[in-house]
Amino acid sequence: MPIDIDIAHVARLARIELSDAELAEHGRHCADILEHAAKVQALDTEGIQPTSHPLPLVNAFRDDVVTPGRVLARDVVLDQAPAVEDVYFRVPPALEDE
Amino acid sequence: MSARQTIRRAAAAMRDGSLTSVELTRAALKAASMTESQVHAYLTLDTEGALQAAEMADSELGAGDDRGPLHGIPIALKDNMVTKGIETTCSSRILSGYVPPYSATVVERLEEGGAVITGKTNLDEFAMGSSTEHSAFGPTRNPWDTDRVPGGSSGGSAVTVAVGSALGALGSDTGGSVRQPASLTGVVGMKPTYGLVSRYGLIPFASSLDQIGPFTRTVADAVDVLSVIAGHDPHDATSIPGSVPNLDAGLGRGLDGVKVGVVSEMQRDETEPAVRGAVANIIEQMEANGAKVQEVSLPSFEYALSAYYLIAPAEASANLARFDGVRYGNRVDGANVADMMSKTRADGFGAEVIRRILLGTYALSAGHFDAFYGQALKVRSLVRRDLDAAYEDVDVLVGPTSPTTAFELGAKTADPLTMYLTDVFTIPANLSGHPAISVPVGLDEAGLPIGFQVMAPALGEPTLFQVAEAVESIAAFDQEPELAGSLA
Amino acid sequence: MTTTWEPVIGLETHVELETESKMFCGCPVDFNAEPNTVTCPVCLGLPGALPVPNRRAIDMIMKIGLALNCSISEHTIFHRKNYFYADLPKNYQISQFDLPVCEEGFLDIEGEAGGRVGIERVHQEEDTGKSNHMGGDGRITSAEYSLLDFNRSGVPLVEIVTKPEIRSATQARAYGLELRAVIVSLGVSDAKLEEGSIRFDANISVRPKGATTLGTKVEIKNMNSYRSMERAIAHEVIRQAQVLDDGGRIVQETRHWDEDAGVTRSGRVKEGFSDYRFFSEPDMVPMVIDQEWQDRIAGELPELPSDRRKRYQGMGLGEYQAALVAGSEPELVQMFEGAVDAGGSPPSVANWLTGEVVAALRRSDHSLAASALTISHLVELVGLVESSTISTSAAKAVLAGVLDGEGSPGEVAEARDLLQVSDAGALEAAVGQVISENPEEFERLSGGEQKLIGFFVGQVMKLTGGKADPKVVSGLLRARLSD
Ligand SMILES: [Zn+2]
Repeated sequence: MPIDIDIAHVARLARIELSDAELAEHGRHCADILEHAAKVQALDTEGIQPTSHPLPLVNAFRDDVVTPGRVLARDVVLDQAPAVEDVYFRVPPALEDE
Repeated sequence: MSARQTIRRAAAAMRDGSLTSVELTRAALKAASMTESQVHAYLTLDTEGALQAAEMADSELGAGDDRGPLHGIPIALKDNMVTKGIETTCSSRILSGYVPPYSATVVERLEEGGAVITGKTNLDEFAMGSSTEHSAFGPTRNPWDTDRVPGGSSGGSAVTVAVGSALGALGSDTGGSVRQPASLTGVVGMKPTYGLVSRYGLIPFASSLDQIGPFTRTVADAVDVLSVIAGHDPHDATSIPGSVPNLDAGLGRGLDGVKVGVVSEMQRDETEPAVRGAVANIIEQMEANGAKVQEVSLPSFEYALSAYYLIAPAEASANLARFDGVRYGNRVDGANVADMMSKTRADGFGAEVIRRILLGTYALSAGHFDAFYGQALKVRSLVRRDLDAAYEDVDVLVGPTSPTTAFELGAKTADPLTMYLTDVFTIPANLSGHPAISVPVGLDEAGLPIGFQVMAPALGEPTLFQVAEAVESIAAFDQEPELAGSLA
Repeated sequence: MTTTWEPVIGLETHVELETESKMFCGCPVDFNAEPNTVTCPVCLGLPGALPVPNRRAIDMIMKIGLALNCSISEHTIFHRKNYFYADLPKNYQISQFDLPVCEEGFLDIEGEAGGRVGIERVHQEEDTGKSNHMGGDGRITSAEYSLLDFNRSGVPLVEIVTKPEIRSATQARAYGLELRAVIVSLGVSDAKLEEGSIRFDANISVRPKGATTLGTKVEIKNMNSYRSMERAIAHEVIRQAQVLDDGGRIVQETRHWDEDAGVTRSGRVKEGFSDYRFFSEPDMVPMVIDQEWQDRIAGELPELPSDRRKRYQGMGLGEYQAALVAGSEPELVQMFEGAVDAGGSPPSVANWLTGEVVAALRRSDHSLAASALTISHLVELVGLVESSTISTSAAKAVLAGVLDGEGSPGEVAEARDLLQVSDAGALEAAVGQVISENPEEFERLSGGEQKLIGFFVGQVMKLTGGKADPKVVSGLLRARLSD
């Protein structure tokens, strides 16, 4: 069964700006892969619990303790930023407020 | 032919005074200078840092300060493990020039263990691929035939060990990214039990599948590398608490009485005859050496690949969201934040990464979640259940690592699905979190290496290494590519 | 025919927890730090960094859940909530989706607009960084660029979601105040609305009275005080009713309360729904909260505000005063309890604390904890007034002296010469002097003009510089009249 993907919507959700040609190619590939992946739907999984994690571990916590040694100096933090103003990261304006 | 240099041999030689770390490191760097133009395994070769670390190792060892099995040993790192002060790119344009302010836990452990870090190796961008062709900085080539791929995504690391520009290397294995390139380049590659090695500082592809593992020339060397990097890390909530199993407990014990399951679903028709033949031959000899061999069927294997290609991209779509041009990495300007992010990501990511992000975004999105991602998680449970059931009867499962030997560059890049199929035998162990290893067992008629895969239940590393070492000695594979430099 | 519209209101409340370290890393929670100085690879979302949850934050959310009568989930996990925003470092927020720590509770609200408000869920998440929108007129939509500070990124945040059961703006406000009192009493947050450590968003729709289906809901943000919460909700309910009465249609959107204009303004129209692509957080393992853990937290719960108010009323405080004390800052509550334990009369202690003490502190811009006032000072002050050792007006001056660090109330009263004179012998002369200076008025008083008693008491007070005990003075006057 061919899978119909609104690839432009998906690209928008993923914040990737693609040309129409790129969208068309990715849409085709994704549809192919999803069609293959849709095999999973053929399996009877009635009553099967999903495994989102390979480990049977639970309750991995940390104590509420400050670790000053891992805090980064501001110049180190800002050093890798594409744009900085004063002591802040600088970005273009937000259009929306989410 | 002189015996190949190994970690264990070099370590012994450094301790009896017949070899220094500086000599060993110079040999590795020389191998790099002789081979890099043809294989392009390294993205960053840290000649100066490596020689400094080697000098330090020599003086420490000379003073009787022995830091263990990797002290003074040249080790290469896949460029998706962050290294403080050394550029870390994930082979992506979006991170080109990025110098991390901290080091991954595995890097800290290697440094504490006195290892000599030679540099950072090439990979498929963000570890997404099976050929190391999807690198923003050009492909890595297979030293056995430079028209062919080394496998991937940890192709660079595999090749450093194959050509001797490092004695050991770390890779990350999400769907076979250590084992498959090990198979295609004729070295040992191992994926530990999920949670045995800390992922802190490993730039993730798919968090619930990723695991760091070693490339080495021998199984015993893999034990040594793993023993240094394994163990609980409080900074990784998915790291297994408690002590590490005694990794070399099974070495030298042979196959007597070991119950070996041959996975029916891994003897597929699509598998190249040479691979099938080599694997069958090894299994026969395992039986002759005392192993109890039986056929095992794992019906859900057929669906593992499909489940994987939903789960991994889904996790990746979120893991890679942070590359947005705000705090680090490269930026393409835009009129507003959303515009800037969309342009930055379109420019910074390669086509394969974009494809997987789109795939994962779709699989998680409203209306499709249950049919795709939700169902894939249930299939994951079935794979695990099948494997658990199998391990009731057998100690290890065996089969080929990859259905093919090394393929030519460009052969599978046009059709992503054919590329994905190369991971069909390695993916189940990632879904279940179990350990698995690829051991080189021979060459096909074209002179390309064939890998044999051994899988074991969770924390079954001692048995895994025991069987892998026995396979290694049965195969007695000691060839190396002509390209390989000779390590003193 | 006109429709009677019934509002349906739900509140979402975010509370920043006062842990030492952030939710998933060891950075300090420090709101006063210089911008971008308390971050690390984890809370900056650097490549490769991994989150490890803070156990104490889970203790705290369990306290909140138990105080709100919720059931605690035995099995709970974190999810990733995916959306791109510049101040969200990973471009997903670690939050909870279908398995929150606490579910199905309620909070009882007293008073006229009271009633039981159902709590749907209480879940754990992490805060974002802060965006400063620069240029333009300061509004997001007209900003020229934004500057980002990630100090707040990763601070533990608890979200408390009510059922859509709130029926009026007044009830919403009462709920907000009561919830705040609960949070403060638990000691998990200072819950200051003006500082953003507690934040309220309202989901509002209207429907014809008696209808059972829900109308299209609008989200209201930017309610920066309890008063503005009430005003904003009341305004929005009326706005929606008018739109519908005029034959219009409610658009699902986010609106911002404009305090100065007293209206809500449209923000962004939501694209049908947000697609957050929730999935379980693979970097963490599930949390299992067993009975032992739950019992330990239940054992640590302090007295809740409603119980405390009842107890205070039992001590003789009026309903309003009991609520006032019970809802005050923890230091004030502590001082009240301490003073009562030390023998202070509860209504008097409460009066002084919530009246003069709070006013004086506000004038001096000091906190109670930082002031020189101690429990024993307060008990002494109240005692001095009750025993008529000092007058009420003198007591205010004494309190000021104590707060200025001049010593105990007795010492201040003595030093400032404010001790009341109640000794009849000492006052006899003053009474005699005032009578002899005002013979005419005394004549009229003797003739039965009782209101002149006040005049004479006042004159004696004046003569003694306010130190005379007025009760003793009027007693002396009456004794003269009956002679
Ligand atoms: Zn941090």
